[in-house]
Amino acid sequence: MTQVLTIARLTILEASRRKLLLALGILTIVVIVLTSWGFSRLPTMNNVTPAEVRLAASQLTILMAFMFSGVLALGSTLVAAPSIASDIESGIALAILPRPIRRSQLLMGKWLGLALLVTLYAAGSGLLELLGIWLGTNYLPPNPVASIAFVAAEGIILMTLALLLSTRLAPMTGGVIALVLFFVAWIGGIALAIGITFDNETIKNIGIGSRLLIPTDGLWHGAIFYLEPSEVLAAARIAGRARAGNPFFADAPLPGIYLAWVVGWLVAIVGLANWSFAKRDL
Amino acid sequence: MEAADAASLAVHTQDLAKRYGKTVALSGLTMSVRRAEVFGFLGPNGAGKTTAVKLLVGLALPTAGQGWVLGAPIGDLQTRRRLGYLPELFRYQGWMTAREVLGLHCKLSGMARSEWTKEIDLALDMVGLADRADDKVEGFSKGMQQRLGLGVALLGRPELVLLDEPTSALDPVGRHDVREIIRQLKARGTAVFLNSHLLTEVEQICDRLAVVDHGRVIATGTMSQILGQDGAVRVRVTGLPAGSRAALGEFGTLEAEGEWLTFRGLNPDRVPQLVSEIVRQGGRVYAVEPRHETLEDRFLQLLKEQEQ
Ligand SMILES: Nc1ncnc2c1ncn2[C@@H]1O[C@H](COP(=O)(O)OP(=O)(O)O)[C@@H](O)[C@H]1O
Ligand SMILES: [Mg+2]
Repeated sequence: MTQVLTIARLTILEASRRKLLLALGILTIVVIVLTSWGFSRLPTMNNVTPAEVRLAASQLTILMAFMFSGVLALGSTLVAAPSIASDIESGIALAILPRPIRRSQLLMGKWLGLALLVTLYAAGSGLLELLGIWLGTNYLPPNPVASIAFVAAEGIILMTLALLLSTRLAPMTGGVIALVLFFVAWIGGIALAIGITFDNETIKNIGIGSRLLIPTDGLWHGAIFYLEPSEVLAAARIAGRARAGNPFFADAPLPGIYLAWVVGWLVAIVGLANWSFAKRDL
Repeated sequence: MEAADAASLAVHTQDLAKRYGKTVALSGLTMSVRRAEVFGFLGPNGAGKTTAVKLLVGLALPTAGQGWVLGAPIGDLQTRRRLGYLPELFRYQGWMTAREVLGLHCKLSGMARSEWTKEIDLALDMVGLADRADDKVEGFSKGMQQRLGLGVALLGRPELVLLDEPTSALDPVGRHDVREIIRQLKARGTAVFLNSHLLTEVEQICDRLAVVDHGRVIATGTMSQILGQDGAVRVRVTGLPAGSRAALGEFGTLEAEGEWLTFRGLNPDRVPQLVSEIVRQGGRVYAVEPRHETLEDRFLQLLKEQEQ
Protein backbone atom coordinates (compact mmCIF):
# COMPACT_ATOMS: atom_id res chain seq x y z
CA MET A 1 0.00 0.00 0.00
CA THR A 2 2.89 2.40 0.72
CA GLN A 3 4.06 2.00 -2.88
CA VAL A 4 0.56 2.82 -4.17
CA LEU A 5 0.43 5.94 -1.99
CA THR A 6 3.92 6.98 -3.11
CA ILE A 7 2.85 6.87 -6.75
CA ALA A 8 -0.48 8.60 -5.99
CA ARG A 9 1.39 11.39 -4.26
CA LEU A 10 3.82 11.61 -7.17
CA THR A 11 0.92 11.89 -9.64
CA ILE A 12 -0.68 14.74 -7.70
CA LEU A 13 2.69 16.44 -7.19
CA GLU A 14 3.34 16.29 -10.93
CA ALA A 15 -0.04 17.88 -11.72
CA SER A 16 0.75 20.62 -9.26
CA ARG A 17 4.39 21.20 -10.32
CA ARG A 18 3.43 21.33 -13.95
CA LYS A 19 1.01 24.12 -13.04
CA LEU A 20 -2.02 22.10 -14.11
CA LEU A 21 -3.81 22.69 -10.81
CA LEU A 22 -2.96 26.39 -10.84
CA ALA A 23 -4.15 26.98 -14.42
CA LEU A 24 -7.33 24.99 -13.91
CA GLY A 25 -8.01 26.69 -10.59
CA ILE A 26 -7.64 30.22 -11.96
CA LEU A 27 -9.77 29.54 -15.04
CA THR A 28 -12.47 27.88 -12.96
CA ILE A 29 -12.65 30.78 -10.54
CA VAL A 30 -12.92 33.27 -13.42
CA VAL A 31 -15.79 31.23 -14.90
CA ILE A 32 -17.54 30.96 -11.54
CA VAL A 33 -17.27 34.69 -10.84
CA LEU A 34 -18.59 35.61 -14.31
CA THR A 35 -21.50 33.15 -14.26
CA SER A 36 -22.45 34.07 -10.68
CA TRP A 37 -22.65 37.68 -11.79
CA GLY A 38 -24.87 36.55 -14.68
CA PHE A 39 -27.13 34.61 -12.30
CA SER A 40 -27.39 37.65 -10.01
CA ARG A 41 -28.89 39.60 -12.94
CA LEU A 42 -31.85 37.18 -13.25
CA PRO A 43 -33.97 38.61 -10.39
CA THR A 44 -33.37 42.18 -11.60
CA MET A 45 -35.02 41.68 -15.01
CA ASN A 46 -38.27 43.48 -15.84
CA ASN A 47 -41.53 41.98 -14.50
CA VAL A 48 -39.93 38.71 -13.53
CA THR A 49 -41.65 36.63 -10.84
CA PRO A 50 -39.74 34.65 -8.19
CA ALA A 51 -41.12 31.42 -9.67
CA GLU A 52 -39.73 32.32 -13.09
CA VAL A 53 -36.32 33.14 -11.58
CA ARG A 54 -36.33 29.78 -9.86
CA LEU A 55 -37.21 27.93 -13.07
CA ALA A 56 -34.60 29.76 -15.12
CA ALA A 57 -31.98 29.31 -12.42
CA SER A 58 -32.64 25.58 -12.21
CA GLN A 59 -32.29 25.11 -15.98
CA LEU A 60 -29.16 27.25 -16.14
CA THR A 61 -27.68 25.33 -13.21
CA ILE A 62 -28.06 22.12 -15.21
CA LEU A 63 -26.26 23.76 -18.13
CA MET A 64 -23.46 24.87 -15.79
CA ALA A 65 -23.19 21.32 -14.47
CA PHE A 66 -23.01 20.13 -18.06
CA MET A 67 -20.15 22.50 -18.77
CA PHE A 68 -18.21 21.44 -15.68
CA SER A 69 -18.80 17.76 -16.34
CA GLY A 70 -17.53 18.32 -19.90
CA VAL A 71 -14.41 20.07 -18.62
CA LEU A 72 -13.89 17.24 -16.17
CA ALA A 73 -14.36 14.57 -18.82
CA LEU A 74 -12.00 16.20 -21.32
CA GLY A 75 -9.51 17.11 -18.61
CA SER A 76 -9.36 13.70 -16.99
CA THR A 77 -8.96 12.07 -20.41
CA LEU A 78 -6.12 14.40 -21.34
CA VAL A 79 -4.34 13.70 -18.07
CA ALA A 80 -5.02 9.95 -17.90
CA ALA A 81 -4.33 9.01 -21.52
CA PRO A 82 -0.59 9.79 -21.32
CA SER A 83 -0.10 8.76 -17.70
CA ILE A 84 1.23 5.24 -18.32
CA ALA A 85 2.00 5.55 -22.02
CA SER A 86 4.31 8.52 -21.77
CA ASP A 87 6.12 7.07 -18.76
CA ILE A 88 6.87 4.07 -20.94
CA GLU A 89 7.85 6.19 -23.94
CA SER A 90 10.14 8.43 -21.94
CA GLY A 91 11.70 5.57 -20.02
CA ILE A 92 10.63 6.83 -16.59
CA ALA A 93 8.85 3.51 -16.09
CA LEU A 94 12.04 1.61 -17.01
CA ALA A 95 13.83 3.15 -14.05
CA ILE A 96 10.96 2.80 -11.58
CA LEU A 97 9.65 -0.71 -12.26
CA PRO A 98 12.86 -2.62 -11.43
CA ARG A 99 12.42 -1.29 -7.88
CA PRO A 100 10.45 -3.49 -5.49
CA ILE A 101 7.12 -2.24 -6.85
CA ARG A 102 4.56 -4.30 -8.73
CA ARG A 103 3.15 -3.00 -11.97
CA SER A 104 -0.30 -3.14 -10.41
CA GLN A 105 0.93 -0.89 -7.59
CA LEU A 106 2.20 1.66 -10.09
CA LEU A 107 -1.07 1.55 -11.99
CA MET A 108 -3.28 1.75 -8.91
CA GLY A 109 -1.17 4.60 -7.56
CA LYS A 110 -1.79 6.54 -10.76
CA TRP A 111 -5.47 5.67 -10.63
CA LEU A 112 -5.80 6.78 -7.03
CA GLY A 113 -3.96 10.06 -7.64
CA LEU A 114 -6.08 10.86 -10.69
CA ALA A 115 -9.31 9.86 -8.94
CA LEU A 116 -8.46 12.21 -6.07
CA LEU A 117 -7.77 15.04 -8.53
CA VAL A 118 -11.07 14.43 -10.34
CA THR A 119 -13.02 14.33 -7.08
CA LEU A 120 -11.27 17.40 -5.76
CA TYR A 121 -12.03 19.36 -8.90
CA ALA A 122 -15.66 18.22 -9.10
CA ALA A 123 -16.28 19.07 -5.45
CA GLY A 124 -14.42 22.38 -5.48
CA SER A 125 -15.83 23.76 -8.71
CA GLY A 126 -19.35 22.39 -8.06
CA LEU A 127 -19.69 23.77 -4.54
CA LEU A 128 -18.28 27.17 -5.48
CA GLU A 129 -20.53 27.49 -8.52
CA LEU A 130 -23.62 26.52 -6.50
CA LEU A 131 -22.60 28.99 -3.82
CA GLY A 132 -22.36 31.72 -6.49
CA ILE A 133 -25.77 30.79 -7.88
CA TRP A 134 -27.31 30.75 -4.43
CA LEU A 135 -25.88 34.17 -3.61
CA GLY A 136 -27.14 35.56 -6.94
CA THR A 137 -30.63 34.06 -7.07
CA ASN A 138 -31.32 32.39 -3.72
CA TYR A 139 -31.79 29.10 -5.65
CA LEU A 140 -30.34 25.81 -4.45
CA PRO A 141 -30.89 22.52 -6.32
CA PRO A 142 -32.61 19.75 -4.32
CA ASN A 143 -29.51 17.56 -3.80
CA PRO A 144 -26.25 19.31 -4.67
CA VAL A 145 -23.98 16.70 -3.04
CA ALA A 146 -25.51 13.79 -4.92
CA SER A 147 -25.27 15.56 -8.26
CA ILE A 148 -21.64 16.54 -7.66
CA ALA A 149 -20.90 12.95 -6.73
CA PHE A 150 -22.37 11.76 -10.04
CA VAL A 151 -20.35 14.32 -12.01
CA ALA A 152 -17.20 13.14 -10.21
CA ALA A 153 -18.12 9.50 -10.92
CA GLU A 154 -18.53 10.33 -14.61
CA GLY A 155 -15.01 11.82 -14.63
CA ILE A 156 -13.58 8.79 -12.82
CA ILE A 157 -15.22 6.41 -15.30
CA LEU A 158 -13.71 8.20 -18.27
CA MET A 159 -10.34 8.56 -16.54
CA THR A 160 -10.27 4.81 -15.84
CA LEU A 161 -11.09 4.04 -19.46
CA ALA A 162 -8.29 6.35 -20.66
CA LEU A 163 -5.91 4.70 -18.18
CA LEU A 164 -6.73 1.27 -19.59
CA LEU A 165 -6.02 2.49 -23.12
CA SER A 166 -2.83 4.11 -21.82
CA THR A 167 -1.36 0.73 -20.90
CA ARG A 168 -1.17 -0.22 -24.58
CA LEU A 169 -1.70 2.78 -26.85
CA ALA A 170 0.20 5.97 -27.53
CA PRO A 171 -1.07 8.93 -25.46
CA MET A 172 -2.75 10.65 -28.41
CA THR A 173 -4.45 7.51 -29.67
CA GLY A 174 -5.79 6.50 -26.28
CA GLY A 175 -7.03 10.01 -25.59
CA VAL A 176 -8.84 10.32 -28.91
CA ILE A 177 -10.50 6.91 -28.52
CA ALA A 178 -11.72 7.71 -24.99
CA LEU A 179 -13.17 11.03 -26.12
CA VAL A 180 -14.92 9.54 -29.14
CA LEU A 181 -16.49 6.90 -26.88
CA PHE A 182 -17.58 9.65 -24.49
CA PHE A 183 -19.42 11.54 -27.24
CA VAL A 184 -20.89 8.37 -28.71
CA ALA A 185 -22.28 7.54 -25.28
CA TRP A 186 -23.83 11.01 -25.11
CA ILE A 187 -25.60 10.49 -28.42
CA GLY A 188 -26.58 7.01 -27.22
CA GLY A 189 -28.30 8.64 -24.25
CA ILE A 190 -30.31 10.86 -26.59
CA ALA A 191 -31.26 7.80 -28.66
CA LEU A 192 -32.46 6.09 -25.49
CA ALA A 193 -34.73 9.03 -24.57
CA ILE A 194 -36.19 9.10 -28.08
CA GLY A 195 -36.64 5.33 -28.12
CA ILE A 196 -38.50 5.42 -24.80
CA THR A 197 -40.75 8.32 -25.76
CA PHE A 198 -41.77 6.88 -29.13
CA ASP A 199 -41.69 3.33 -27.87
CA ASN A 200 -39.26 2.08 -30.48
CA GLU A 201 -37.61 -1.13 -29.28
CA THR A 202 -34.59 -1.03 -31.61
CA ILE A 203 -33.61 2.51 -30.76
CA LYS A 204 -34.24 1.85 -27.09
CA ASN A 205 -31.96 -1.19 -27.14
CA ILE A 206 -29.20 0.73 -28.88
CA GLY A 207 -29.51 3.42 -26.22
CA ILE A 208 -29.47 0.90 -23.37
CA GLY A 209 -26.49 -0.88 -24.92
CA SER A 210 -24.50 2.31 -25.14
CA ARG A 211 -25.41 3.26 -21.59
CA LEU A 212 -24.19 -0.13 -20.35
CA LEU A 213 -20.99 -0.17 -22.39
CA ILE A 214 -19.91 3.40 -21.58
CA PRO A 215 -21.72 4.55 -18.43
CA THR A 216 -20.69 8.22 -18.65
CA ASP A 217 -24.00 9.47 -20.03
CA GLY A 218 -25.93 7.31 -17.60
CA LEU A 219 -24.12 8.95 -14.69
CA TRP A 220 -24.67 12.37 -16.22
CA HIS A 221 -28.41 11.68 -16.12
CA GLY A 222 -27.99 10.67 -12.48
CA ALA A 223 -26.46 14.08 -11.85
CA ILE A 224 -29.24 15.92 -13.72
CA PHE A 225 -31.97 14.29 -11.67
CA TYR A 226 -30.66 15.74 -8.42
CA LEU A 227 -30.52 19.21 -9.97
CA GLU A 228 -34.23 19.26 -10.89
CA PRO A 229 -36.69 20.93 -8.45
CA SER A 230 -39.99 19.08 -8.03
CA GLU A 231 -42.01 21.66 -10.04
CA VAL A 232 -39.72 21.15 -13.05
CA LEU A 233 -40.22 17.40 -12.87
CA ALA A 234 -43.99 17.79 -12.58
CA ALA A 235 -44.17 20.22 -15.52
CA ALA A 236 -42.02 17.94 -17.69
CA ARG A 237 -44.25 14.94 -16.96
CA ILE A 238 -47.25 16.89 -18.16
CA ALA A 239 -45.37 17.91 -21.31
CA GLY A 240 -45.06 14.22 -22.22
CA ARG A 241 -43.50 13.65 -25.63
CA ALA A 242 -42.22 17.19 -25.87
CA ARG A 243 -39.39 16.37 -23.55
CA ALA A 244 -38.15 13.58 -25.77
CA GLY A 245 -34.50 13.69 -26.61
CA ASN A 246 -33.72 16.56 -24.29
CA PRO A 247 -30.24 15.58 -23.09
CA PHE A 248 -30.60 17.92 -20.12
CA PHE A 249 -33.55 16.14 -18.56
CA ALA A 250 -33.93 13.05 -16.40
CA ASP A 251 -37.30 11.94 -15.09
CA ALA A 252 -36.13 9.41 -12.50
CA PRO A 253 -33.09 8.68 -10.35
CA LEU A 254 -30.76 5.95 -11.59
CA PRO A 255 -31.99 2.51 -10.52
CA GLY A 256 -29.84 0.74 -7.91
CA ILE A 257 -29.16 -2.10 -10.34
CA TYR A 258 -27.60 0.36 -12.77
CA LEU A 259 -25.37 1.79 -10.04
CA ALA A 260 -24.27 -1.76 -9.24
CA TRP A 261 -23.53 -2.27 -12.93
CA VAL A 262 -21.37 0.87 -12.97
CA VAL A 263 -19.39 -0.31 -9.97
CA GLY A 264 -18.91 -3.70 -11.63
CA TRP A 265 -17.87 -1.97 -14.87
CA LEU A 266 -15.29 0.08 -13.00
CA VAL A 267 -13.84 -2.95 -11.24
CA ALA A 268 -13.68 -4.85 -14.54
CA ILE A 269 -11.91 -2.02 -16.39
CA VAL A 270 -9.41 -1.56 -13.55
CA GLY A 271 -8.77 -5.32 -13.58
CA LEU A 272 -8.34 -5.32 -17.35
CA ALA A 273 -5.90 -2.40 -17.13
CA ASN A 274 -3.81 -4.24 -14.54
CA TRP A 275 -3.76 -7.38 -16.63
CA SER A 276 -2.88 -5.49 -19.80
CA PHE A 277 -0.05 -3.60 -18.11
CA ALA A 278 1.32 -6.70 -16.39
CA LYS A 279 1.56 -8.60 -19.68
CA ARG A 280 3.29 -5.83 -21.57
CA ASP A 281 6.99 -5.93 -22.50
CA LEU A 282 8.64 -2.63 -21.74
CA MET B 1 22.72 -25.98 -12.84
CA GLU B 2 20.12 -26.07 -10.11
CA ALA B 3 18.52 -23.10 -8.39
CA ALA B 4 20.50 -23.84 -5.22
CA ASP B 5 23.81 -23.35 -7.02
CA ALA B 6 22.50 -20.17 -8.53
CA ALA B 7 22.38 -18.64 -5.03
CA SER B 8 26.13 -18.17 -4.94
CA LEU B 9 26.08 -16.35 -8.26
CA ALA B 10 25.06 -12.80 -9.05
CA VAL B 11 23.34 -13.86 -12.26
CA HIS B 12 22.66 -17.23 -13.76
CA THR B 13 20.59 -17.97 -16.83
CA GLN B 14 19.63 -21.19 -18.51
CA ASP B 15 18.51 -21.08 -22.15
CA LEU B 16 16.89 -17.71 -21.55
CA ALA B 17 15.15 -16.61 -24.73
CA LYS B 18 13.02 -13.74 -25.95
CA ARG B 19 11.10 -13.34 -29.18
CA TYR B 20 9.22 -10.26 -30.29
CA GLY B 21 6.82 -11.62 -32.88
CA LYS B 22 9.15 -13.03 -35.51
CA THR B 23 12.26 -11.25 -34.26
CA VAL B 24 14.46 -13.41 -32.10
CA ALA B 25 15.96 -10.83 -29.75
CA LEU B 26 17.73 -13.38 -27.58
CA SER B 27 18.06 -17.10 -28.27
CA GLY B 28 19.01 -19.47 -25.51
CA LEU B 29 21.29 -17.41 -23.29
CA THR B 30 23.17 -19.55 -20.77
CA MET B 31 25.72 -17.77 -18.62
CA SER B 32 26.78 -16.94 -15.09
CA VAL B 33 28.09 -13.82 -13.45
CA ARG B 34 29.92 -14.33 -10.18
CA ARG B 35 29.58 -12.13 -7.16
CA ALA B 36 31.89 -9.11 -7.09
CA GLU B 37 33.03 -9.49 -10.66
CA VAL B 38 32.74 -7.09 -13.54
CA PHE B 39 31.10 -8.93 -16.39
CA GLY B 40 31.08 -7.43 -19.86
CA PHE B 41 28.25 -8.20 -22.27
CA LEU B 42 29.65 -7.17 -25.59
CA GLY B 43 28.01 -7.10 -28.97
CA PRO B 44 27.12 -4.95 -31.95
CA ASN B 45 23.88 -2.92 -32.05
CA GLY B 46 20.81 -5.13 -32.11
CA ALA B 47 22.67 -8.13 -30.69
CA GLY B 48 20.22 -8.55 -27.82
CA LYS B 49 22.13 -6.93 -24.95
CA THR B 50 19.34 -4.62 -23.83
CA THR B 51 16.83 -7.45 -24.14
CA ALA B 52 18.97 -9.64 -21.86
CA VAL B 53 19.14 -6.97 -19.15
CA LYS B 54 15.42 -6.22 -19.42
CA LEU B 55 14.69 -9.90 -18.88
CA LEU B 56 16.98 -9.95 -15.84
CA VAL B 57 15.26 -6.98 -14.17
CA GLY B 58 11.76 -8.15 -15.08
CA LEU B 59 10.86 -5.43 -17.57
CA ALA B 60 10.23 -8.00 -20.29
CA LEU B 61 8.94 -11.54 -19.91
CA PRO B 62 11.05 -14.39 -21.30
CA THR B 63 9.49 -16.61 -23.96
CA ALA B 64 11.60 -19.58 -22.83
CA GLY B 65 14.24 -20.54 -20.32
CA GLN B 66 14.96 -19.52 -16.77
CA GLY B 67 17.11 -17.08 -14.89
CA TRP B 68 18.18 -16.29 -11.36
CA VAL B 69 19.38 -12.99 -10.02
CA LEU B 70 21.16 -13.01 -6.63
CA GLY B 71 19.79 -16.48 -6.09
CA ALA B 72 16.11 -15.66 -6.69
CA PRO B 73 14.11 -16.30 -9.86
CA ILE B 74 14.09 -13.24 -12.14
CA GLY B 75 11.38 -10.73 -11.31
CA ASP B 76 11.36 -11.54 -7.58
CA LEU B 77 10.10 -8.45 -5.77
CA GLN B 78 12.22 -8.59 -2.61
CA THR B 79 15.46 -9.23 -4.50
CA ARG B 80 15.00 -5.99 -6.39
CA ARG B 81 16.00 -4.12 -3.24
CA ARG B 82 19.52 -5.41 -3.81
CA LEU B 83 19.68 -4.44 -7.48
CA GLY B 84 20.73 -1.29 -9.26
CA TYR B 85 19.81 -0.70 -12.90
CA LEU B 86 20.68 1.96 -15.42
CA PRO B 87 18.43 1.67 -18.48
CA GLU B 88 19.80 2.38 -21.95
CA LEU B 89 17.19 4.90 -23.03
CA PHE B 90 15.60 6.76 -20.18
CA ARG B 91 14.65 10.09 -18.77
CA TYR B 92 13.81 11.06 -15.25
CA GLN B 93 10.95 13.29 -14.18
CA GLY B 94 12.04 16.66 -15.57
CA TRP B 95 9.94 18.54 -13.04
CA MET B 96 11.90 17.08 -10.13
CA THR B 97 15.34 17.99 -8.85
CA ALA B 98 18.14 15.44 -8.93
CA ARG B 99 17.86 15.06 -5.17
CA GLU B 100 14.11 14.45 -5.41
CA VAL B 101 14.57 11.79 -8.08
CA LEU B 102 17.05 10.01 -5.84
CA GLY B 103 14.68 10.43 -2.88
CA LEU B 104 11.87 8.82 -4.86
CA HIS B 105 14.05 5.82 -5.61
CA CYS B 106 15.12 5.55 -1.95
CA LYS B 107 11.47 5.49 -1.02
CA LEU B 108 10.47 2.96 -3.67
CA SER B 109 13.28 0.63 -2.65
CA GLY B 110 12.04 0.74 0.92
CA MET B 111 15.14 2.30 2.46
CA ALA B 112 14.77 3.65 6.01
CA ARG B 113 14.18 7.40 5.84
CA SER B 114 17.06 8.11 8.22
CA GLU B 115 19.46 6.73 5.61
CA TRP B 116 18.24 8.78 2.67
CA THR B 117 20.35 11.90 3.09
CA LYS B 118 23.55 9.94 3.56
CA GLU B 119 22.86 7.60 0.66
CA ILE B 120 21.77 10.40 -1.68
CA ASP B 121 24.82 12.51 -0.90
CA LEU B 122 27.05 9.51 -1.41
CA ALA B 123 25.50 8.75 -4.81
CA LEU B 124 25.64 12.40 -5.91
CA ASP B 125 29.27 12.57 -4.89
CA MET B 126 30.20 9.40 -6.70
CA VAL B 127 28.73 10.54 -10.01
CA GLY B 128 29.92 14.13 -9.63
CA LEU B 129 26.51 15.83 -9.47
CA ALA B 130 26.78 17.22 -5.93
CA ASP B 131 26.76 20.83 -7.13
CA ARG B 132 23.65 20.31 -9.31
CA ALA B 133 21.68 18.32 -6.75
CA ASP B 134 18.96 20.91 -6.33
CA ASP B 135 18.50 21.77 -10.00
CA LYS B 136 15.55 20.55 -12.02
CA VAL B 137 16.38 17.53 -14.13
CA GLU B 138 14.78 19.06 -17.25
CA GLY B 139 17.76 21.43 -17.44
CA PHE B 140 20.28 18.58 -17.47
CA SER B 141 22.35 17.67 -20.53
CA LYS B 142 22.20 14.07 -21.76
CA GLY B 143 25.52 13.37 -20.08
CA MET B 144 24.30 14.75 -16.76
CA GLN B 145 21.13 12.70 -17.04
CA GLN B 146 23.30 9.65 -17.54
CA ARG B 147 25.29 10.54 -14.44
CA LEU B 148 22.05 10.90 -12.53
CA GLY B 149 20.90 7.52 -13.87
CA LEU B 150 24.13 6.01 -12.64
CA GLY B 151 23.58 7.64 -9.25
CA VAL B 152 20.09 6.10 -9.10
CA ALA B 153 21.57 2.69 -9.91
CA LEU B 154 24.12 3.03 -7.08
CA LEU B 155 21.63 3.98 -4.36
CA GLY B 156 21.43 1.74 -1.34
CA ARG B 157 24.64 -0.18 -2.07
CA PRO B 158 23.18 -2.86 -4.32
CA GLU B 159 24.84 -6.26 -4.59
CA LEU B 160 24.44 -6.27 -8.35
CA VAL B 161 24.43 -3.30 -10.70
CA LEU B 162 23.27 -3.69 -14.28
CA LEU B 163 24.47 -0.91 -16.56
CA ASP B 164 23.13 -0.70 -20.10
CA GLU B 165 25.58 1.34 -22.19
CA PRO B 166 26.43 3.65 -19.29
CA THR B 167 28.84 5.83 -21.24
CA SER B 168 26.89 6.34 -24.47
CA ALA B 169 26.27 10.05 -23.80
CA LEU B 170 29.47 10.82 -21.94
CA ASP B 171 32.61 12.69 -22.98
CA PRO B 172 36.05 11.11 -22.43
CA VAL B 173 36.25 12.52 -18.89
CA GLY B 174 32.83 11.08 -18.12
CA ARG B 175 33.86 7.70 -19.52
CA HIS B 176 36.93 7.72 -17.35
CA ASP B 177 34.77 8.58 -14.33
CA VAL B 178 32.44 5.68 -15.07
CA ARG B 179 35.37 3.28 -15.22
CA GLU B 180 36.51 4.59 -11.85
CA ILE B 181 33.03 4.10 -10.40
CA ILE B 182 32.91 0.54 -11.69
CA ARG B 183 36.30 -0.17 -10.11
CA GLN B 184 35.06 1.22 -6.80
CA LEU B 185 31.94 -0.95 -7.02
CA LYS B 186 34.06 -4.01 -7.61
CA ALA B 187 36.33 -3.06 -4.70
CA ARG B 188 33.36 -3.00 -2.34
CA GLY B 189 32.16 -6.39 -3.54
CA THR B 190 29.41 -5.37 -5.97
CA ALA B 191 28.92 -7.43 -9.09
CA VAL B 192 28.62 -5.33 -12.25
CA PHE B 193 26.89 -6.45 -15.44
CA LEU B 194 28.05 -4.07 -18.14
CA ASN B 195 26.37 -3.90 -21.53
CA SER B 196 28.51 -2.26 -24.11
CA HIS B 197 29.41 -2.07 -27.74
CA LEU B 198 32.59 -0.20 -26.82
CA LEU B 199 35.45 -2.65 -26.90
CA THR B 200 37.96 -0.45 -25.14
CA GLU B 201 35.59 0.01 -22.24
CA VAL B 202 35.10 -3.70 -21.78
CA GLU B 203 38.77 -4.42 -22.35
CA GLN B 204 39.84 -2.04 -19.60
CA ILE B 205 37.56 -3.06 -16.76
CA CYS B 206 35.92 -6.42 -17.25
CA ASP B 207 37.08 -9.57 -15.49
CA ARG B 208 35.10 -11.77 -17.82
CA LEU B 209 32.96 -11.19 -20.82
CA ALA B 210 30.52 -12.73 -23.23
CA VAL B 211 30.40 -11.73 -26.88
CA VAL B 212 26.88 -11.76 -28.31
CA ASP B 213 25.62 -11.43 -31.82
CA HIS B 214 22.16 -11.98 -33.27
CA GLY B 215 20.83 -13.05 -29.92
CA ARG B 216 23.38 -15.76 -29.20
CA VAL B 217 26.62 -15.88 -27.24
CA ILE B 218 29.48 -16.61 -29.61
CA ALA B 219 32.31 -16.55 -27.09
CA THR B 220 32.60 -16.34 -23.34
CA GLY B 221 35.41 -16.38 -20.79
CA THR B 222 38.17 -14.20 -19.42
CA MET B 223 39.85 -11.70 -21.70
CA SER B 224 42.84 -13.99 -22.31
CA GLN B 225 40.60 -16.99 -22.95
CA ILE B 226 38.74 -15.06 -25.59
CA LEU B 227 41.84 -13.56 -27.14
CA GLY B 228 43.64 -16.89 -27.17
CA GLN B 229 47.33 -17.49 -26.35
CA ASP B 230 48.77 -16.91 -29.79
CA GLY B 231 49.70 -13.45 -30.73
CA ALA B 232 50.76 -11.91 -33.98
CA VAL B 233 54.01 -10.45 -35.28
CA ARG B 234 54.52 -7.64 -37.73
CA VAL B 235 57.75 -7.64 -39.68
CA ARG B 236 59.02 -4.93 -42.06
CA VAL B 237 60.93 -6.64 -44.83
CA THR B 238 62.36 -5.65 -48.20
CA GLY B 239 64.08 -7.68 -50.89
CA LEU B 240 62.15 -10.87 -50.33
CA PRO B 241 62.08 -12.73 -53.68
CA ALA B 242 58.65 -13.41 -55.13
CA GLY B 243 57.52 -16.95 -54.38
CA SER B 244 59.41 -17.18 -51.10
CA ARG B 245 56.34 -16.06 -49.17
CA ALA B 246 54.67 -19.41 -49.59
CA ALA B 247 57.46 -21.00 -47.59
CA LEU B 248 56.82 -18.59 -44.73
CA GLY B 249 53.20 -19.71 -44.54
CA GLU B 250 54.04 -22.37 -41.98
CA PHE B 251 54.67 -19.61 -39.37
CA GLY B 252 51.08 -18.46 -39.39
CA THR B 253 48.45 -16.81 -41.53
CA LEU B 254 50.24 -14.23 -43.56
CA GLU B 255 48.95 -10.81 -44.48
CA ALA B 256 50.98 -8.34 -46.52
CA GLU B 257 50.57 -4.58 -46.49
CA GLY B 258 53.37 -3.03 -48.56
CA GLU B 259 56.60 -3.74 -46.73
CA TRP B 260 54.81 -4.97 -43.62
CA LEU B 261 54.03 -8.63 -43.22
CA THR B 262 51.76 -9.78 -40.42
CA PHE B 263 51.89 -13.33 -39.14
CA ARG B 264 48.88 -14.32 -37.07
CA GLY B 265 48.58 -17.27 -34.74
CA LEU B 266 52.32 -17.44 -34.19
CA ASN B 267 53.79 -18.77 -30.98
CA PRO B 268 56.06 -15.99 -29.65
CA ASP B 269 58.87 -18.55 -29.09
CA ARG B 270 59.20 -18.99 -32.82
CA VAL B 271 59.88 -15.32 -33.64
CA PRO B 272 63.72 -15.71 -33.87
CA GLN B 273 63.23 -18.71 -36.13
CA LEU B 274 60.91 -16.67 -38.38
CA VAL B 275 63.46 -13.86 -38.67
CA SER B 276 66.34 -16.17 -39.60
CA GLU B 277 64.15 -17.89 -42.19
CA ILE B 278 63.33 -14.51 -43.78
CA VAL B 279 67.01 -13.61 -43.84
CA ARG B 280 67.89 -17.00 -45.31
CA GLN B 281 65.42 -16.32 -48.14
CA GLY B 282 67.27 -13.08 -48.87
CA GLY B 283 64.96 -10.63 -47.14
CA ARG B 284 66.24 -7.55 -45.25
CA VAL B 285 64.53 -7.11 -41.88
CA TYR B 286 64.04 -3.51 -40.62
CA ALA B 287 61.62 -4.05 -37.77
CA VAL B 288 59.96 -6.83 -35.78
CA GLU B 289 56.89 -5.92 -33.71
CA PRO B 290 55.21 -8.55 -31.64
CA ARG B 291 51.57 -7.62 -31.43
CA HIS B 292 49.02 -8.72 -28.93
CA GLU B 293 45.72 -9.39 -30.51
CA THR B 294 43.28 -6.71 -29.37
CA LEU B 295 39.73 -7.43 -28.39
CA GLU B 296 38.68 -5.52 -31.47
CA ASP B 297 40.61 -7.90 -33.75
CA ARG B 298 39.11 -10.87 -32.02
CA PHE B 299 35.65 -9.38 -31.93
CA LEU B 300 35.61 -8.67 -35.65
CA GLN B 301 37.02 -12.11 -36.33
CA LEU B 302 34.35 -13.76 -34.18
CA LEU B 303 31.61 -11.85 -35.96
CA LYS B 304 33.07 -12.87 -39.32
CA GLU B 305 33.30 -16.53 -38.32
CA GLN B 306 29.72 -16.33 -37.14
CA GLU B 307 28.51 -15.16 -40.51
CA GLN B 308 30.14 -18.04 -42.37
N1 LIG C 1 10.07 -4.09 -27.92
C1 LIG C 1 10.57 -4.67 -29.02
N2 LIG C 1 9.75 -5.04 -30.02
C2 LIG C 1 10.23 -5.64 -31.13
N3 LIG C 1 11.53 -5.92 -31.34
C3 LIG C 1 12.40 -5.57 -30.39
C4 LIG C 1 11.98 -4.93 -29.18
N4 LIG C 1 13.06 -4.71 -28.42
C5 LIG C 1 14.11 -5.19 -29.11
N5 LIG C 1 13.73 -5.71 -30.30
C6 LIG C 1 14.61 -6.35 -31.30
O1 LIG C 1 15.41 -7.29 -30.64
C7 LIG C 1 16.74 -7.25 -31.14
C8 LIG C 1 17.72 -7.00 -30.02
O2 LIG C 1 17.57 -5.68 -29.55
P1 LIG C 1 18.37 -5.09 -28.32
O3 LIG C 1 18.29 -6.07 -27.20
O4 LIG C 1 17.86 -3.74 -28.05
O5 LIG C 1 19.85 -5.02 -28.87
P2 LIG C 1 21.14 -4.27 -28.30
O6 LIG C 1 20.81 -3.72 -26.96
O7 LIG C 1 22.18 -5.32 -28.26
O8 LIG C 1 21.49 -3.20 -29.27
C9 LIG C 1 16.76 -6.19 -32.23
O9 LIG C 1 16.61 -6.84 -33.47
C10 LIG C 1 15.56 -5.35 -31.91
O10 LIG C 1 15.04 -4.78 -33.08
MG1 LIG D 1 20.96 -1.85 -26.33
